[in-house]
Order: sequence, then C-alpha cells, then structure tokens
Amino acid sequence: MIEAENVHFSYPNKVEALKGVSITIKDGEFVAIMGQNGAGKSTFVKHFNGLLKPTSGTIRSDGVETTKSSVASLARNVGFVFQNPDHQLFSETVEDEIAFALKNFGFEADVIEKRVTWALNLLSLTQYRKTSPFLLSGGERKRVALASVLAWDPKTLILDEPTIGQDHEQKEKLRQFIMQMQTQGKTVVIVTHDVEFVAESNPRVVLMKEGKIVADGIGKEILTNPAILELSSIVLPQIAQVFMKLKSLGFPKNIIDIYEAKEIILKTLESKTGK
Amino acid sequence: MAIIETKDLTYTYPGASKPSILDVSIKIEKGEFVLITGPSGCGKTTLCRCFNGLVPHFYQGELKGEISVASIDTLKHHTYEMAKHVGLVFQNPENQLFALSVEKDVAFGLENVGVPREEIRKKVDWALNLTGIYDLRERSPHEISGGQQQRVAIASVLAMEPEIIVLDEPTSFLDPLSAEKIFEVIYDLNKKQGITVILVEHRLDLTAKYTNHLIVMDQGKVRLEGNPREILSSEETRLIGVGIPKATLLYQMLKKDGLNLNNSTPLSSEELAAQLLEALKSR
Amino acid sequence: MSIFDGLRFRKVYSPIHNLDPRIKFVYVISIFVCAILFAQIIPLLLLFILQLPFVLLARVQRQWLRSLRGASFLAGLIFVINVATTYFTSGYTLTASNVEYAASLTLRFVVLIESFSVFFLTTSPDHLGLALEESRVPYEFAFAFTTAVRFVPVLAEEAQTIMDAQKARGLELEKGGLLKRIRNYVPVLIPLIVSAIRRSLELAEAMESRAWGATKQRTNLYALKLHRGDYALLAITVGILATAVYVHFFVSIPTIISLL
Repeated sequence: MIEAENVHFSYPNKVEALKGVSITIKDGEFVAIMGQNGAGKSTFVKHFNGLLKPTSGTIRSDGVETTKSSVASLARNVGFVFQNPDHQLFSETVEDEIAFALKNFGFEADVIEKRVTWALNLLSLTQYRKTSPFLLSGGERKRVALASVLAWDPKTLILDEPTIGQDHEQKEKLRQFIMQMQTQGKTVVIVTHDVEFVAESNPRVVLMKEGKIVADGIGKEILTNPAILELSSIVLPQIAQVFMKLKSLGFPKNIIDIYEAKEIILKTLESKTGK
Repeated sequence: MAIIETKDLTYTYPGASKPSILDVSIKIEKGEFVLITGPSGCGKTTLCRCFNGLVPHFYQGELKGEISVASIDTLKHHTYEMAKHVGLVFQNPENQLFALSVEKDVAFGLENVGVPREEIRKKVDWALNLTGIYDLRERSPHEISGGQQQRVAIASVLAMEPEIIVLDEPTSFLDPLSAEKIFEVIYDLNKKQGITVILVEHRLDLTAKYTNHLIVMDQGKVRLEGNPREILSSEETRLIGVGIPKATLLYQMLKKDGLNLNNSTPLSSEELAAQLLEALKSR
Repeated sequence: MSIFDGLRFRKVYSPIHNLDPRIKFVYVISIFVCAILFAQIIPLLLLFILQLPFVLLARVQRQWLRSLRGASFLAGLIFVINVATTYFTSGYTLTASNVEYAASLTLRFVVLIESFSVFFLTTSPDHLGLALEESRVPYEFAFAFTTAVRFVPVLAEEAQTIMDAQKARGLELEKGGLLKRIRNYVPVLIPLIVSAIRRSLELAEAMESRAWGATKQRTNLYALKLHRGDYALLAITVGILATAVYVHFFVSIPTIISLL
C-alpha cells in the first residue's frame, strides 16, 4: 500500500515539481497516472521506491516512511521498470541480467536459479537464457528488463511509459500481462499518456497537471470528461470522441469500451425505429 | 513519372541471416501523402533508409533490385547528393539535433552544401516559419520540448527544399497532443508546399485520415497497398497485427450485426459519428 | 550534478562576454608570453593585477575566486618543491633570494591559471565553437567540440537515470570496500557507454541525411565580426606586449629583497 500525504518536491536549482500531492493506492489496485509531459508523473512515482525523497510531506510504502529507508530496501516491495530498457541492461547473458537484482537482495543461489527460470518462462525468454541481451531486438530487450524486475516478485509494479515505441501486438500482450499480474494480486501503477491503452484496460485514472492531481477516479468517468481532459492536455479515446459528437442524440457519454459501444448503438437505433 | 519507384528491392544488413526487405516494388507519385505501417521488424525503417541512400551507403551490405528517387538511382549517388531531394526525420528528437541553437541546427544542411550566408538566412527563416517555431530560433535544443524538437528536425530538413520528406515514426516519444500537432505540420507541408510525404507510423487512429495511399508491410514484404478504407477493412490487415482505428473496428462490428451504414469505411471518429447520425435520420 | 553545472555556461551579458573570442584568446596568449618573460615578482604581480578589471567588468568574481582556490593547492606544491630543490642542491642552504625566486615561479603559475580562467568564464561554448569554425581548424574538430558541449547535459541526465534504474534493482553504490565500490559502477558505466554508442550512430545517420561531406567549402549561418571593443582589446594587448618586451630588455627590475 502506498500513501502520500501532501507531498511537495523541488529539484535542486529548479521549480517545484510536486505541489502538494496526496493519494492512497491500496494493495491490488491498478492505477494509471496520466498527464502532459512535465506534469510531474514520473517525478511522483519515483517517490514510491525512495529514488526521490519529498521536500515536505510524507510517503509511506507499506507503512514505512520512505525518508527512513534506503532505496534498496524499499525496492524489495516496489519494482520499478524504467522506460528505456537500455538504461538497465549490462550483463553478458540474459540469465545474469535477471539474476542481478536477486544477488543484490541476497537471495540464495538455488532460489536465484529457480526464480530466473520462472521469470524467463513468464516472459517467453527461455530460449534466450544464455544470449547476450544486446543482441536481442527492442521488444525482447523490454521483456528482459521486465523479467529482471519481476524476478524478485515485488508486491507493487511500476511501469514508466511502457507503451512507447510498441506496435499493436506488443501493446496487446502488455495489457494481458498486466491483467495477469492483477489476478496474482499485485499492485500495478503505470505512467502513460497512451489514452487508447488506458481505455482498453479501464484502471483507476489519476490525472496530473503542473505538479498537482486534478482528477482521480474510474477510468470510464475521467476519460470521457472533456473538460477535465482539456485541463491536462489529454486527447479523448476514439470511442469516446464518437459518442461526444452524438451527445445531442441522447447517447450516454461515458463509453470507452468498443463492445459496450456497439451494444448501446444497436439498442438505441432499434428503439428509435421501434423494431 | 513516379517520384519514387522501386522494383524487387531486397536488402540484407551485413551479418544478418535474412533480408530486412524482400522484393519490395512500390510506386509513389509526386505530391502524395503515403502512410507506411506494419508490426515491429517488418522492414519499414529499412525501406525509409533506402529512399535517401543510407541503405546501402551508410550501412554497407548489398542492395538488390532497382530504385529511383526523384529520378536518381540511389545506388550510384552519394547520400549527400540525395539530401537535396529527400529529407529524413528520425524517431528520437534528441539525437538528430547537434547545434547549440535551433537556427544553427536548421542551417546545418545548407552550410554543408555551401549555400551563401544571406541565402541560408532566408531559407532558415522560411523553414522556421512554416513549422511555427520562429520564436524558438535562438534557444538551445536541450531546453525545448520533444514536440518542439521534432519540429526543429522537420525545419532543418525542410530548409534544403527537398521534393520528398520521409518521417520514420516521428511521434514515438511524443504525447498524443504533440503528435497531432506534428501531423498537422506535415499535412500542411504536403497540401500547401506540394512536398511528397512518406510517413511511417503505428498510430493509425491519428494518421489514417491523412492518406489515400497506405502500404502495409510484414516480415520484409509489402502485403497490402492502396486505399486505407479498403485495406483497414480487410481481414488480412487484422491478422498482420496492425492497430486498426477503433472507429473503423466499431463500424465493422456494427455492419456485421446488420446495421445499415454507408459503404465507405470511416477512418476517424468524425466520419463514424457522421455516418451514425445519417443512419439515425434515415429512420 | 554539480560537476556539470560548472560546464553549463550561464548566459550573462557583459562587455567582456561579447568580445570576439579570437581576440580574447590572443590576449590570453600574450599574457602567457609576458608571464614567461619575467621571473621577478614585481612584473608578475602587475600582470596579476592587470586581470582584475576584466574579472570585475565581466562580473565573474565568484567563479574566478573559486578557480583560484582550486589552483592554490598546486601553487603551494610548486612553491614547496622549488624551495626544497634549491635547499638540497645548494648544500642545505636557503637564502632569501631563493625563496623570492620560488615565490615568483609560483606567481607565474597563478597568473597563467587566472588568465585562462577569465577566458573560459567569459566565453560561451557557442562563441568558442564559432571561433573554431572560423579559424583554420578542420571543421570536424569544431563540430566535435560543439556537439560534445551540446550533449553534456543530456549525458548527465542519462547517467542519473541509469543510476536510478540500477538502484531500483537493489544496487547500493556506496557499500563495500574500495574494490567493491569500483565494481558497483560497472552496471552504470556499461549502459552509459552502450547508449553513447547508439546515440553516435543515430547522430551519424542524421548528419549523413543532411548532406554531411557534400563540399569542403562549408559556409556558416553566423559570422564573427570585430567591433570597437575588440580593436581596443587588441590595442591593449599590443601595448602590454610591447611594454613587457621593452622592460625585459632595457629595464632592470629590482628584487623585493633589495627594496627592503
């Protein structure tokens, strides 16, 4: 569980990046933090594992105040996958890469072996066990980075802009993967500006603008509210755009799912003709 | 004569086990706005680099087949000669800007070619104005946003007054709003300046509406080519794994369930909404 | 990262900052020559004081003093080594004039440091790059210089991101003995180097695509023009050089000892 109380944060020599952010993320939630570039999203999530410490206010991860703990110990429960996998990869083999964090955390050799095999399997990387991570494609390297974080099975998973540069299939696989993590009871937090991806997953959506939270609620409600979205320079998901333009016909506004959209349209058109 | 024409173009990177593009034969007319899409690894990036000669001159390896860009055989001419006819904008905004000020970056290509100073000044100002970044001209590239950086990249390519501009996933790192701004700039350049545009993109929901000529690639080959309305309705496109716009998908689903809609496949939310309104009025 | 802050040039506008970097460089070299001409304290002290108006006009006092503080360790070392060498080589004797001589050598070093410091503090990388481009140095070097300066903040940020990413995987950079601590940096250095190589490749592609190498006769959007201030500085430089040469050959300079 992550609790933030009135968090303020300023970078050295710079403007205040967070201006009083408060939020509670319960275990097992799926949260998407959205907002324009520079709104403070990445800055905020870096507080969850102690990479950044608040200038004022408190952040607690599972009851432990982050200012009273090291990044290494907070990281045991909060796994952070950075946007660019190349900022993490350095080992000779994929196996070593995945084992890196496990070694840092002091796991026993036989446990490490089991965990590495499990992580490789989970992300379909078993055939690359002894391959150099630098020889893999962009998408495969992303999976190696993800595997290396999952290996130590943190309770909370933070993904920073996981959809950048991904094609349709890769995004679909990512979405299913997140659902899988959810069913295992993990807390998943993603930082993203990919509206369509969020619309398909329908998580809790937290909108940030200029260092503050301006909206926090069910994806469906927030992503179909044009006033709020314009405030944080986010585009409406395409399905919601269609329904926005059909507002005058009495269609409901908060539709982002394509199947729901189909049902509603068919039903409304049938009722209009009294079929 | 087509401004770009290829015949059975095949290329293998040195050390690769199989070709990145295979038997690619396409024809692009002057003034077109072409959209190239396909799953990761389909060869679209390699194809872009064939247009200005980076393949094969920069990457070495063997390029087989025929290719003619702006009536020039790229195999027989240096990349720096191609630069006057084809501009290439890359994915990462940060890694294509090297000067300490925006206008010096935009001037880079012209300086390389040896254009006299007064002319450089005129062309730089012209390019800065067309891309809407004239007031950023003295800023350092590191200080500006990703969207602004990409506009600088476009301006610096535009300043050389090429007939063709190729953009390889230029909005990958940008948020949807900045991405839309970039597409508007590109669309303007195509419509108002008559520049042939080749755009490689995954985000068809934002870009399909701009083009009449869509090319879908998969595993190095061109699988589908033609009008996006037909291509995006086809089953094959869906199987390849291309991200079909939601409005288009919804339209197909509604039609399959018997709804009587216009036969023209919508590519955007506006088009679908208009069709639904019509369907309602006709009852 | 504070180290890189020093390299990040602050855009200050003062008459010294606007002077042509080439003329400034000629000035600095002339001071260098004058400093070498003299081994006596009085002229060297005069040369030192001569720099002060430039420092004050350019409003870079604080950074300039910081660079002097940095040089003081080396200066002290030079003084001590000189005194020690004279002591041991002239049969364990140390005269007042020996000490004065050591002091003047130290002062010479300080004058050199301070004049170069003023140059770099008052010349922006843009100006330096432009000066390099307009000089007869091959364009590749000027380009390498400006590109390097352009990417320093980018690399600094990337280094920070990489450290964060590895810390988030349990890496504790500060733990362990010296050897362990050095090894701790491997997961930071390798991604940094790999990223730098990738970046270079992308930059090269962009350069090629913008007609790099099209002609040896490159032109330039900007041009360095000499203004009144530059001519004034040139005149001052010539004046200083002339005076120094005259004094060196025709005037005998008393030592401090003899004056006491």
